[in-house]
Amino acid sequence: MSTTETAALRSPLHDEHLALGATMTEFAGWDMPLRYSGDVAEHSAVRTAAGLYDLSHMGELMVTGPDAAAALDYALVGHMSRMRLWAAKYTMMCDAHGGIVDDLVVYRRDWDHFMVVANASNRVTVAGELAARFAAGGFDVSVSDETESLALIAVQGPAAAAIVGSLCAAGESEPATLKYYSAAHLLLEGGHHAFVARTGYTGEDGFELFVGADVAGEVWRAALAAGLSHGLIACGLASRDSLRLEAGMPLYGHELSADTTPFDAGLGRVVAFEGPAVVLSSAQPGAAAAGAGLSDQVDPRAVSVERGAFVGREALAVVAASGPAKVLVGLVGDGRRSPRAGYAVTDAAGNQVGIVTSGIPSPTLGHPIAMAYVPPTMAEVGTEVGIDVRGRREPMRVVALPFYKRQS
Amino acid sequence: MAEIPDGLLYSEEHEWVRGDVSPGATVTVGITEYAAEALGDVVYVEPPSVGEDVRAGDVCGELESTKAVSELYSPVTGTVTEVNGQLENAPDLVNSDAYGDGWIFKVELTESNEDLLDADAYGEKTE
Repeated sequence: MSTTETAALRSPLHDEHLALGATMTEFAGWDMPLRYSGDVAEHSAVRTAAGLYDLSHMGELMVTGPDAAAALDYALVGHMSRMRLWAAKYTMMCDAHGGIVDDLVVYRRDWDHFMVVANASNRVTVAGELAARFAAGGFDVSVSDETESLALIAVQGPAAAAIVGSLCAAGESEPATLKYYSAAHLLLEGGHHAFVARTGYTGEDGFELFVGADVAGEVWRAALAAGLSHGLIACGLASRDSLRLEAGMPLYGHELSADTTPFDAGLGRVVAFEGPAVVLSSAQPGAAAAGAGLSDQVDPRAVSVERGAFVGREALAVVAASGPAKVLVGLVGDGRRSPRAGYAVTDAAGNQVGIVTSGIPSPTLGHPIAMAYVPPTMAEVGTEVGIDVRGRREPMRVVALPFYKRQS
Repeated sequence: MAEIPDGLLYSEEHEWVRGDVSPGATVTVGITEYAAEALGDVVYVEPPSVGEDVRAGDVCGELESTKAVSELYSPVTGTVTEVNGQLENAPDLVNSDAYGDGWIFKVELTESNEDLLDADAYGEKTE
């Protein structure tokens, strides 16, 4: 349990974690909280009330310039120029072979300004790849890594909207009116500016607040105080992992890698091969973004943009046409011993046919759950497989993802 | 800071032993608070079976938390006489009362074990 690697980066909230008695862990080069009170208590708090996370290790890459949208269209697999102002979009960067370089959430902060949020472990790679791809395409755009000047604080759970609402300055628009996967600039109590997105990685309602590193401690303490009566507690990365797995969400380095395409992972929908079939209008119902009074129109310059070349397009088109060689599935078991990443999936004859990418004893469901890659022939819901759990075969069966879906 | 009570003996693999460690005596075994904290909330304990012969330093069971799985080593050599049935439904006792109700199994010793550490020596290992 090494907690003091000299080279590890520190979140602007590092002192807050130590003051709360967190167990720290090295994660992707950062010294981050693994847990505070306990993994199961933190997991349950997010499912039933709210949890507060420091995600300042996540990479924030600002992409700015007249060609920002077109440049991202080329660098990523999604059609980013079609994004509305203040929208968030889950997307991926792939290599020329269709392998996943990283999965990303991209926020459109202006017509010519996007924020690309990358996994901590891939931040440097993604920043370098973006710059290289922008240069290769001759785009007029710049990339700036703002990670270390920002803090990312997440409030997740059914009470999140009420808590984030109480953090906002008087007269500010209600975070509760933000749609899922949209964002707004909000003024917080104390005069701090926050870029607030209704996004998360827990399977619950939740918000992510991007604030300046210099005010992070103040916002963190305000959130803890505001959340107290709602049952909010500080939560570490251990519970984030168990929550995302119950919600069937992939994690880079486990479900996603350079050896995996979006189609393998069941996320082929993020790959946009074609341009818009119809011209979007700002009057499209249900599409309004909450942009603190700003226009929610699609960029008039964007609707006519054809979906052209993007890195990985040819390789991904082949996979899309032929189908992936392996498929990500959910597995559940009735026993108590849980599969873990790297364990072999076996067929009835005991031959290895696949591999577990993540597995835990599910705190919410009370039985083991896992995600695994198996051949397409074994991916049908109900298929019985075995997992070699530390030398003993444990029976499990394929189920539809996610394992857990919130009510409402 | 994890508690390391005096009067117990400890293994390098973070088990504790309570009782006389001479052959013929019966000792109680659990995992230390340090190990329990490192593992996180224990959600499943697989102890050795009653009647099973265990050897010092050998794997005899496992403990699972949401985050990780850890092998359980026997710190002593002998025959298992009892396992803590409470852990079946309340595995979190390993976290909440590591040296008390969170005990895992009892062994009637067939050999003594000279390699166990006292509290001070174990404390140095965990610093």
